[in-house]
Amino acid sequence: MSKSREILLNPIFNDNPIALQILGICSALAVTTNLYPTLLMCIALTAVICLSNLIVSVIRNQIPTNVRMIVQITIIASLVVLVDELLKAYDYETSKTIGVFVALIVTNCIVMGRAEAFAMQNGPWLSFLDGLGNGLGYSLILIVVATIREFLGSGSLFGYEILVLTQNGGWYLGNNYMVLSSSSFLIIGLFIWLLRSWKTEQIEEPEYKVARNNLETKEAGTRV
Amino acid sequence: MFEYYLNLFITAVFIENIALAYFLGMCTFLAISKSIKAAGGLGMAVIVVLTITVPINNFIYLNFLKPGALSWMGIPNSDLEFVGLITYIGIIAAVVQILEMFLDKYVPILYNALGSFLPLITVNCAILGASLFMVERSYTFTESIVYGFGAGAGWALAILALAGVRERLKYADVPEGLQGLGITFITVGLMCFAFMSFGGIIL
Repeated sequence: MSKSREILLNPIFNDNPIALQILGICSALAVTTNLYPTLLMCIALTAVICLSNLIVSVIRNQIPTNVRMIVQITIIASLVVLVDELLKAYDYETSKTIGVFVALIVTNCIVMGRAEAFAMQNGPWLSFLDGLGNGLGYSLILIVVATIREFLGSGSLFGYEILVLTQNGGWYLGNNYMVLSSSSFLIIGLFIWLLRSWKTEQIEEPEYKVARNNLETKEAGTRV
Repeated sequence: MFEYYLNLFITAVFIENIALAYFLGMCTFLAISKSIKAAGGLGMAVIVVLTITVPINNFIYLNFLKPGALSWMGIPNSDLEFVGLITYIGIIAAVVQILEMFLDKYVPILYNALGSFLPLITVNCAILGASLFMVERSYTFTESIVYGFGAGAGWALAILALAGVRERLKYADVPEGLQGLGITFITVGLMCFAFMSFGGIIL
């Protein structure tokens, strides 16, 4: 695998920002009730992270190290303001529901984290790819969570009804738990379980191992 | 009057808990909650920074950024709300930096306790989130002090509770793939569920 391809694809499954690096979780939880706003949020974040990585990488040799955080955050904040105003101009209805979370991309640690960890050391093209990869890794989880929540919670995808709800004379009783934000914790938890059953090297070592039951060991001993 | 502020405080701590009802500051919430000691230090730092930054941002919003706020300078039709975001984050970054230098020089004991957590705070969305909520709900200056302190206390309470649960969880037999982060996510999900029982309480 060539280096740039690796940088682009690695964050999707092997080094996922949400499932492994614990970055950028806040927005993953609150905007995922429906697919449409989630998709907008993913596009907004991916755009911001790509551009901020690119800009930080271009001027990385000019930034004095002791004020680099403030420089990075100013760049990110300007990009977020731009995205926020664009969203308000073209889709005002959605911007009212996810507006706060678009604004919070400023403090989304994926953006800061990648600018600090990757873009400060690497060239513009690779940094751009790294931003794109991390944006896609983030989007993957958000879209999975949003699909499950919208499908089970209101029986629809992108607002089109698939399972007809009882309120509308159908048979499907919407799962109210999926409408609550706390369900996304459960879904992400289970997603991590699934991912780590596949990529076993991501499993964390337990601090204490549970000792085996004495009776069991004896029986196992006699059986051998 | 006192009752009103007490009500605002309790609402910010329990009913509108910034971590468990609005899911803000989740990254640090999940990453630094392995031990009660570290969680306590971070919680303290969040309370201090929130109590300082929310009133400052409130002052700046009311006197400079709000539509028509610049009339004292003779510019009655001003509307600087669009630079709000950059201003708030700039203030937060500056306050954190000043606080760190101040504590390092004058209160070394506190610096040793909070020092390593302070840089983490700039990128904690609970801090910026509280300022944005303050603007959205148009709090007055006194209200913003109470709200900032309450929001910080709520966040600290939540992270201490999670750290307590996780300290016990170390001894549990968790399935391999869920070990660590996975089970923490599910625990937080259940805690949010528990905090929802405060919803709708009016004192």
